Amino acid sequence: MTTLSSKTAAPRSVSGWRSPQAKRAFLTILGWSVALVIFFPIFWMILTGFKTESAAIADPTLIFSPTLESYQEVQERSGYARFALNSVAVAFGSTFLALLIAIPSAYAMAFLPTKRTKGTLLWMLSTKMLPSVGVLVPIYLIFRDVGLLDTRTGLIIVYTLMNLPIVVWMLYTFFKDMPKDILEAGRMDGASTLQEVMFLLLPLTLPGIASTGLLSVILSWNEAFWSLNLTTSNAAPLTAYIASFSSPEGLFWAKLSAASTMAIAPILILGWMTQKQMVRGLTFGAVK
Amino acid sequence: MRLARHLPVTTLAAAIAISSHAQAQTEITVATVNNNDMVIMQSLTEAFEEAHPDITLDWVVLEENVLRQRMTTDIATGGGQFDVMTIGTYEVPIWAERGWLSPLDNLPEDYNEDDLLASVRDGLSLDGTLHALPFYAESSMMYYRQDLFDKAGIEMSEQPTWEEVREWAGELHGSEEGLAGICLRGKPGWGENMAFVSTLVNTYGGRWFDEEWNPELNSEAWVNAIQFYVDLLNDYGPPGASSNGFNENLALFARGNCAMWVDATSAAGKLYDGNESDVADSLGFAPAPIAETPKGSHWLWSWALAIPASSEKQEAALEFITWATSEDYIELVGETEGWTSVPPGTRESTYANEQYTEAAPFADFVLKAIQETDPNDSTLEPNPYVGVQTVNIPEFQSIGTQVGQTIAAALTGDTTVEQALDNAQRATERTMQRAGYIER
Repeated sequence: MTTLSSKTAAPRSVSGWRSPQAKRAFLTILGWSVALVIFFPIFWMILTGFKTESAAIADPTLIFSPTLESYQEVQERSGYARFALNSVAVAFGSTFLALLIAIPSAYAMAFLPTKRTKGTLLWMLSTKMLPSVGVLVPIYLIFRDVGLLDTRTGLIIVYTLMNLPIVVWMLYTFFKDMPKDILEAGRMDGASTLQEVMFLLLPLTLPGIASTGLLSVILSWNEAFWSLNLTTSNAAPLTAYIASFSSPEGLFWAKLSAASTMAIAPILILGWMTQKQMVRGLTFGAVK
Repeated sequence: MRLARHLPVTTLAAAIAISSHAQAQTEITVATVNNNDMVIMQSLTEAFEEAHPDITLDWVVLEENVLRQRMTTDIATGGGQFDVMTIGTYEVPIWAERGWLSPLDNLPEDYNEDDLLASVRDGLSLDGTLHALPFYAESSMMYYRQDLFDKAGIEMSEQPTWEEVREWAGELHGSEEGLAGICLRGKPGWGENMAFVSTLVNTYGGRWFDEEWNPELNSEAWVNAIQFYVDLLNDYGPPGASSNGFNENLALFARGNCAMWVDATSAAGKLYDGNESDVADSLGFAPAPIAETPKGSHWLWSWALAIPASSEKQEAALEFITWATSEDYIELVGETEGWTSVPPGTRESTYANEQYTEAAPFADFVLKAIQETDPNDSTLEPNPYVGVQTVNIPEFQSIGTQVGQTIAAALTGDTTVEQALDNAQRATERTMQRAGYIER
């Protein structure tokens, strides 16, 4: 009887909306829908870059004759390579510096906490809540006096400070999830603190550090407020390059889209190539 | 052997030569916007550098509002990042008064300062001294589709009135698929909808402030003007008019979607260019319409090149701005880019040039419109400020933008015109009280 009833019940559950297949289909559709909604503006920007200026502001359509006119004009008018080089130097330079400062900080907070650790972490995060424009004039004056205006070094310093709270927080979470016993075992074998960090902590939390670094690179790459305000030409990154194509008089959307596509292309490719590591890092220790 | 012995000496000599050459070069940083005329100026960098081998140009191109904020920060803190700045008629007197701009009282004789149009020159001067040189200037006028007017049997007046415009817009609206009777600026902003709205209020007999700096934004003239504007755009305007600025309307008109459009004279060249415009062959133009008074019915704006007082390369910067605003430069653009592309509205000589007037049939209109504007007397009743579509005080940027937003809200129907203007009046009163113009 039992066998019979289980046999009769099984097909009903499989065909119902609660079946694993239906659930998976639903989640797949949901996942694709969300992804498409997020990707649509980028897709439209890429598409607009291949239109003429008048087609770019005509009624939206997917059918048009593509042209490289805007890319040619963008290329002719300004040196993309110079801006791109600045973006690479500033994004990777600030990320390296941020990690250099954040790894020891997060280590101390995760493994040697004091009663003020939590407060310190919250205070660090609270600095992210201050609108950047509030500190523009003081930073501008300091930079003017020490000669850091329009320099890559200046931008690297600002981006490091800007990303440091997030980098420390993320690393702190990854380090905290690491079993302390492993570090203790290392200590028992006579490892110094530096060796402990270099040979145990860093290799074991590498996915987390990589995803933190990638996030910092992306944030620095996309940052526009400081780059527009602290640079003129020598250290101007791609965000300044994009801004130069907007115009109060005349049509500019196709050129702006072409310039934006060129500006996001490197970081998009980097994100694409490293997405596995990023997801792995971001979900590292998420399930306990 | 001999070569090897002499190599270090030769290298050293070459290095010294290169470094002394580099030292002789002065690099100046020019901050500008991405308008077509400025793009042409950038493309002629080589011509300038060839004529001035000791100066090289470094361009910083930014979006207008970003540029303004960037330059304000730099100039107010004495950052000295820019040697030449592109600024407008609104900023020049304010910045000059604060000592931020170098006075241009040492212009070379061959610059021919007297050739500059008087109203434009006055707008860029403080106490009679120029503080910026005009790169191009514009007023406002009406563009219309001659083919549609002919078809409907409408004859354009020599000086159209806003009532006539409403009538014509009603007749032409929807006469072709997707055709709006009229296109006007609706996008909020002191330099967007408020540039147009201010001229409309002026011609309806209104003003921003009375002689004691009390705002008059809910006066009868303002209510009449704004009610007219809202009704006109809602009845005969294109869909989504509240998000249309200069660029959007230019595109709409160029594609043939507007029967009439009142906006900057600088659009004429673009609309006449068959490559950019579908209505180049049927383009008609007329003076900006009037209502109660012709005073202040069309605006005056110029983009000008100024040297910040904080620049350490004053001489080289002066060389550049006198070159870029000279008669020779206008000639150079005419010859290399075509005569409709020359920067308009700055010099008498441009309008005396037959090559230009032949290529640009709108030239006389533009010249007349610019010459007729008087920023010192732009309203029916007397006022205490300078400016036609702006009030040249530092607070105007925020006042104009805020009022622009309330008027855009009235246009979309979120508030009534009376409510919008009462809100605008209260907000402006508060700003003026805080700034100390009027007592609390």
